[in-house]
Amino acid sequence: MANFTPISAAIGGALIGLSAVLLMLFNGRVAGVSGIMGGFVNGQASGRPWRIAFIAGLITAPLAAGLAGYPVPKPQVPGNFATIAIAGLLVGFGTRLGSGCTSGHGICGISRLSPRSIAATLVFMAAAVIVVALTRHVFGG
Amino acid sequence: MPALASLVCGFIFGLGLVISGMVSPTKVLGFLDMFAIPSGNWDPSLAVVMAAGLAVTSIGYALIQRRAPLFDTQNRWPISTPIDRTLLTGAALFGIGWGLVGLCPGPAIVDLATLSQGVSAFVVAMAIGMLAHDLWQSRKVTTPLRQFGGTPAAD
Repeated sequence: MANFTPISAAIGGALIGLSAVLLMLFNGRVAGVSGIMGGFVNGQASGRPWRIAFIAGLITAPLAAGLAGYPVPKPQVPGNFATIAIAGLLVGFGTRLGSGCTSGHGICGISRLSPRSIAATLVFMAAAVIVVALTRHVFGG
Repeated sequence: MPALASLVCGFIFGLGLVISGMVSPTKVLGFLDMFAIPSGNWDPSLAVVMAAGLAVTSIGYALIQRRAPLFDTQNRWPISTPIDRTLLTGAALFGIGWGLVGLCPGPAIVDLATLSQGVSAFVVAMAIGMLAHDLWQSRKVTTPLRQFGGTPAAD
Protein backbone atom coordinates (compact mmCIF):
# COMPACT_ATOMS: atom_id res chain seq x y z
CA MET A 1 0.00 0.00 0.00
CA ALA A 2 2.87 2.34 -0.74
CA ASN A 3 1.85 5.96 -1.37
CA PHE A 4 -1.79 5.29 -0.37
CA THR A 5 -3.47 8.60 0.54
CA PRO A 6 -7.04 7.72 1.51
CA ILE A 7 -7.96 11.00 3.25
CA SER A 8 -6.97 13.35 0.43
CA ALA A 9 -8.39 10.89 -2.09
CA ALA A 10 -11.77 10.92 -0.32
CA ILE A 11 -11.83 14.72 -0.03
CA GLY A 12 -10.81 15.14 -3.66
CA GLY A 13 -13.32 12.56 -4.85
CA ALA A 14 -16.11 14.25 -2.87
CA LEU A 15 -15.24 17.59 -4.51
CA ILE A 16 -15.42 15.99 -7.97
CA GLY A 17 -18.85 14.61 -7.04
CA LEU A 18 -19.96 18.00 -5.73
CA SER A 19 -18.90 19.60 -9.01
CA ALA A 20 -20.89 17.02 -11.00
CA VAL A 21 -24.02 17.63 -8.91
CA LEU A 22 -23.69 21.42 -9.11
CA LEU A 23 -23.22 21.39 -12.90
CA MET A 24 -26.47 19.43 -13.24
CA LEU A 25 -28.26 21.66 -10.72
CA PHE A 26 -27.09 24.89 -12.39
CA ASN A 27 -26.82 24.07 -16.08
CA GLY A 28 -28.50 20.68 -16.45
CA ARG A 29 -25.31 19.21 -17.85
CA VAL A 30 -23.29 16.07 -17.19
CA ALA A 31 -19.76 16.79 -15.97
CA GLY A 32 -17.93 14.73 -18.56
CA VAL A 33 -14.62 16.32 -19.40
CA SER A 34 -14.13 14.54 -22.75
CA GLY A 35 -17.59 15.64 -23.88
CA ILE A 36 -17.04 19.21 -22.74
CA MET A 37 -13.65 19.39 -24.45
CA GLY A 38 -14.93 17.56 -27.53
CA GLY A 39 -17.71 20.09 -27.99
CA PHE A 40 -15.17 22.85 -27.49
CA VAL A 41 -12.65 21.68 -30.11
CA ASN A 42 -15.20 20.74 -32.79
CA GLY A 43 -16.68 24.21 -32.88
CA GLN A 44 -19.80 23.70 -30.80
CA ALA A 45 -18.19 26.24 -28.50
CA SER A 46 -19.57 29.02 -30.64
CA GLY A 47 -22.87 29.09 -28.66
CA ARG A 48 -21.50 27.36 -25.65
CA PRO A 49 -19.43 29.62 -23.43
CA TRP A 50 -20.10 27.24 -20.55
CA ARG A 51 -17.70 24.70 -22.06
CA ILE A 52 -14.88 27.23 -22.21
CA ALA A 53 -15.75 28.38 -18.69
CA PHE A 54 -15.58 24.83 -17.31
CA ILE A 55 -12.16 24.27 -18.92
CA ALA A 56 -10.98 27.63 -17.59
CA GLY A 57 -12.11 26.57 -14.12
CA LEU A 58 -10.15 23.33 -14.41
CA ILE A 59 -6.96 25.17 -15.35
CA THR A 60 -7.44 27.82 -12.67
CA ALA A 61 -7.73 25.27 -9.85
CA PRO A 62 -4.04 24.28 -9.61
CA LEU A 63 -3.00 27.93 -9.89
CA ALA A 64 -5.25 28.89 -6.97
CA ALA A 65 -4.08 25.85 -5.01
CA GLY A 66 -0.48 26.96 -5.56
CA LEU A 67 -1.26 30.49 -4.33
CA ALA A 68 -2.88 28.98 -1.23
CA GLY A 69 0.30 27.11 -0.44
CA TYR A 70 -0.74 23.78 -1.95
CA PRO A 71 1.80 23.54 -4.75
CA VAL A 72 1.09 21.25 -7.67
CA PRO A 73 4.27 19.47 -8.75
CA LYS A 74 5.08 19.30 -12.45
CA PRO A 75 3.60 16.03 -13.68
CA GLN A 76 5.97 13.31 -14.79
CA VAL A 77 4.56 11.97 -18.05
CA PRO A 78 6.25 8.66 -18.81
CA GLY A 79 7.44 7.70 -22.27
CA ASN A 80 8.96 9.53 -25.19
CA PHE A 81 7.23 12.02 -27.44
CA ALA A 82 5.87 9.34 -29.77
CA THR A 83 4.30 7.42 -26.88
CA ILE A 84 2.70 10.57 -25.49
CA ALA A 85 1.35 11.55 -28.92
CA ILE A 86 -0.11 8.07 -29.54
CA ALA A 87 -1.63 8.01 -26.05
CA GLY A 88 -3.21 11.43 -26.61
CA LEU A 89 -4.67 10.39 -29.97
CA LEU A 90 -6.10 7.20 -28.45
CA VAL A 91 -7.61 9.04 -25.49
CA GLY A 92 -9.13 11.72 -27.74
CA PHE A 93 -10.52 9.35 -30.35
CA GLY A 94 -11.53 6.68 -27.84
CA THR A 95 -13.41 8.98 -25.48
CA ARG A 96 -15.41 10.43 -28.38
CA LEU A 97 -16.15 7.01 -29.88
CA GLY A 98 -17.06 5.62 -26.48
CA SER A 99 -19.02 8.76 -25.51
CA GLY A 100 -17.16 9.43 -22.28
CA CYS A 101 -14.18 9.10 -20.01
CA THR A 102 -13.39 8.63 -16.35
CA SER A 103 -15.66 11.50 -15.33
CA GLY A 104 -18.65 11.10 -17.67
CA HIS A 105 -18.88 7.31 -17.48
CA GLY A 106 -16.89 6.58 -14.31
CA ILE A 107 -18.55 9.13 -12.02
CA CYS A 108 -21.70 10.60 -13.60
CA GLY A 109 -22.82 7.50 -15.50
CA ILE A 110 -22.20 4.90 -12.82
CA SER A 111 -23.88 7.05 -10.16
CA ARG A 112 -27.03 6.85 -12.32
CA LEU A 113 -26.45 3.10 -12.65
CA SER A 114 -26.25 3.43 -16.43
CA PRO A 115 -25.43 -0.02 -17.87
CA ARG A 116 -23.52 1.66 -20.72
CA SER A 117 -21.32 3.59 -18.32
CA ILE A 118 -20.69 0.57 -16.12
CA ALA A 119 -19.68 -1.48 -19.17
CA ALA A 120 -17.48 1.32 -20.56
CA THR A 121 -15.75 1.87 -17.21
CA LEU A 122 -15.01 -1.84 -16.77
CA VAL A 123 -13.56 -1.96 -20.29
CA PHE A 124 -11.33 1.12 -20.06
CA MET A 125 -10.13 0.16 -16.59
CA ALA A 126 -9.30 -3.36 -17.76
CA ALA A 127 -7.55 -2.07 -20.89
CA ALA A 128 -5.46 0.38 -18.85
CA VAL A 129 -4.53 -2.27 -16.28
CA ILE A 130 -3.43 -4.63 -19.06
CA VAL A 131 -1.34 -1.93 -20.76
CA VAL A 132 0.38 -1.01 -17.49
CA ALA A 133 1.03 -4.69 -16.74
CA LEU A 134 2.59 -5.10 -20.20
CA THR A 135 4.69 -1.94 -20.13
CA ARG A 136 5.91 -2.38 -16.55
CA HIS A 137 6.16 -6.11 -16.05
CA VAL A 138 6.44 -7.77 -19.45
CA PHE A 139 8.48 -5.35 -21.54
CA GLY A 140 10.20 -3.76 -18.55
CA GLY A 141 10.14 -0.01 -18.28
CA MET B 1 -24.82 33.11 -15.50
CA PRO B 2 -24.48 29.56 -16.95
CA ALA B 3 -20.87 30.32 -17.83
CA LEU B 4 -20.10 31.61 -14.35
CA ALA B 5 -21.73 28.56 -12.76
CA SER B 6 -19.74 26.35 -15.11
CA LEU B 7 -16.50 28.14 -14.20
CA VAL B 8 -17.18 27.46 -10.52
CA CYS B 9 -17.95 23.80 -11.26
CA GLY B 10 -14.77 23.41 -13.32
CA PHE B 11 -12.79 25.01 -10.52
CA ILE B 12 -14.23 22.65 -7.86
CA PHE B 13 -13.65 19.69 -10.17
CA GLY B 14 -10.04 20.78 -10.72
CA LEU B 15 -9.48 21.24 -7.00
CA GLY B 16 -10.78 17.72 -6.45
CA LEU B 17 -8.27 16.38 -8.95
CA VAL B 18 -5.44 18.39 -7.36
CA ILE B 19 -6.25 17.42 -3.76
CA SER B 20 -6.82 13.76 -4.59
CA GLY B 21 -3.46 13.63 -6.35
CA MET B 22 -5.06 12.37 -9.57
CA VAL B 23 -3.28 15.14 -11.49
CA SER B 24 -0.15 13.01 -11.10
CA PRO B 25 0.23 10.38 -13.85
CA THR B 26 2.62 8.55 -11.51
CA LYS B 27 -0.13 8.21 -8.89
CA VAL B 28 -2.71 7.08 -11.45
CA LEU B 29 -0.30 4.49 -12.87
CA GLY B 30 0.38 3.38 -9.30
CA PHE B 31 -3.28 2.40 -9.11
CA LEU B 32 -3.45 0.81 -12.55
CA ASP B 33 -0.39 -1.31 -11.73
CA MET B 34 -2.37 -4.18 -10.19
CA PHE B 35 0.62 -6.49 -10.56
CA ALA B 36 2.20 -4.46 -7.76
CA ILE B 37 -0.39 -5.79 -5.30
CA PRO B 38 1.65 -8.86 -4.23
CA SER B 39 4.75 -6.76 -3.55
CA GLY B 40 2.76 -4.24 -1.48
CA ASN B 41 3.51 -1.35 -3.86
CA TRP B 42 -0.02 -0.88 -5.15
CA ASP B 43 -1.68 2.51 -4.54
CA PRO B 44 -5.49 2.13 -4.16
CA SER B 45 -6.09 5.91 -3.89
CA LEU B 46 -7.93 6.15 -7.24
CA ALA B 47 -10.50 3.64 -6.01
CA VAL B 48 -11.17 5.86 -2.98
CA VAL B 49 -11.54 8.90 -5.27
CA MET B 50 -14.07 7.00 -7.37
CA ALA B 51 -15.97 5.74 -4.30
CA ALA B 52 -16.23 9.21 -2.74
CA GLY B 53 -17.17 10.79 -6.08
CA LEU B 54 -19.83 8.17 -6.70
CA ALA B 55 -21.27 8.53 -3.20
CA VAL B 56 -21.70 12.29 -3.51
CA THR B 57 -22.92 12.20 -7.12
CA SER B 58 -25.47 9.43 -6.66
CA ILE B 59 -27.03 11.12 -3.64
CA GLY B 60 -26.91 14.56 -5.26
CA TYR B 61 -28.32 13.36 -8.59
CA ALA B 62 -31.13 11.53 -6.79
CA LEU B 63 -32.07 14.74 -4.98
CA ILE B 64 -32.13 16.98 -8.06
CA GLN B 65 -33.07 14.50 -10.78
CA ARG B 66 -36.59 15.78 -11.46
CA ARG B 67 -35.84 19.44 -10.88
CA ALA B 68 -35.22 21.77 -13.82
CA PRO B 69 -31.76 23.36 -13.74
CA LEU B 70 -31.45 26.93 -12.50
CA PHE B 71 -29.93 28.33 -15.70
CA ASP B 72 -31.48 26.20 -18.43
CA THR B 73 -34.89 24.83 -19.33
CA GLN B 74 -34.25 21.12 -18.75
CA ASN B 75 -31.68 18.62 -17.54
CA ARG B 76 -29.80 17.06 -20.41
CA TRP B 77 -29.39 13.50 -19.16
CA PRO B 78 -27.63 11.31 -21.71
CA ILE B 79 -29.95 9.41 -24.03
CA SER B 80 -29.91 5.77 -23.07
CA THR B 81 -28.78 3.55 -25.92
CA PRO B 82 -27.80 -0.11 -25.87
CA ILE B 83 -24.31 -1.30 -25.08
CA ASP B 84 -22.77 -1.75 -28.52
CA ARG B 85 -19.44 -2.38 -30.17
CA THR B 86 -18.88 1.35 -30.72
CA LEU B 87 -19.07 2.04 -26.99
CA LEU B 88 -16.80 -0.85 -26.05
CA THR B 89 -14.25 -0.16 -28.79
CA GLY B 90 -14.06 3.49 -27.77
CA ALA B 91 -13.65 2.58 -24.12
CA ALA B 92 -10.89 0.08 -24.97
CA LEU B 93 -8.97 2.63 -27.10
CA PHE B 94 -9.29 5.20 -24.33
CA GLY B 95 -8.08 2.68 -21.74
CA ILE B 96 -5.01 1.82 -23.83
CA GLY B 97 -4.05 5.49 -24.12
CA TRP B 98 -4.74 6.08 -20.42
CA GLY B 99 -2.57 3.12 -19.44
CA LEU B 100 0.30 4.25 -21.67
CA VAL B 101 0.90 7.56 -19.87
CA GLY B 102 -1.53 7.78 -16.93
CA LEU B 103 -3.42 10.81 -18.27
CA CYS B 104 -7.16 11.09 -18.91
CA PRO B 105 -8.93 14.24 -20.15
CA GLY B 106 -9.68 15.96 -16.79
CA PRO B 107 -6.23 15.72 -15.19
CA ALA B 108 -4.56 16.48 -18.53
CA ILE B 109 -6.39 19.81 -18.81
CA VAL B 110 -5.70 20.68 -15.16
CA ASP B 111 -2.01 19.85 -15.67
CA LEU B 112 -1.78 22.34 -18.55
CA ALA B 113 -1.36 24.94 -15.81
CA THR B 114 2.06 23.50 -14.96
CA LEU B 115 3.25 24.23 -18.51
CA SER B 116 4.57 20.69 -18.73
CA GLN B 117 5.70 19.97 -22.30
CA GLY B 118 4.64 16.34 -22.04
CA VAL B 119 1.12 17.30 -20.93
CA SER B 120 0.84 19.99 -23.61
CA ALA B 121 1.80 17.49 -26.31
CA PHE B 122 -0.73 15.04 -24.89
CA VAL B 123 -3.57 17.59 -24.90
CA VAL B 124 -2.82 18.67 -28.49
CA ALA B 125 -2.82 15.02 -29.59
CA MET B 126 -6.05 14.43 -27.64
CA ALA B 127 -7.74 17.37 -29.38
CA ILE B 128 -6.59 16.01 -32.76
CA GLY B 129 -7.96 12.58 -31.83
CA MET B 130 -11.33 14.11 -30.94
CA LEU B 131 -11.49 16.10 -34.16
CA ALA B 132 -10.45 13.05 -36.17
CA HIS B 133 -13.33 11.13 -34.63
CA ASP B 134 -15.88 13.84 -35.35
CA LEU B 135 -14.66 14.23 -38.94
CA TRP B 136 -14.86 10.48 -39.47
CA GLN B 137 -18.35 10.37 -37.94
CA SER B 138 -19.59 13.22 -40.08
CA ARG B 139 -18.53 11.35 -43.24
CA LYS B 140 -20.35 8.18 -42.27
CA VAL B 141 -23.98 7.52 -43.00
CA THR B 142 -25.33 7.44 -39.49
CA THR B 143 -28.47 7.43 -37.46
CA PRO B 144 -29.65 10.92 -36.48
CA LEU B 145 -28.49 10.39 -32.88
CA ARG B 146 -24.90 9.91 -33.86
CA GLN B 147 -24.61 12.76 -36.30
CA PHE B 148 -22.08 15.54 -36.01
CA GLY B 149 -23.08 17.93 -33.30
CA GLY B 150 -25.49 15.53 -31.64
CA THR B 151 -25.08 14.75 -27.99
CA PRO B 152 -26.05 11.15 -27.45
CA ALA B 153 -23.26 10.81 -25.00
CA ALA B 154 -22.76 9.98 -21.39
CA ASP B 155 -19.85 12.32 -21.55
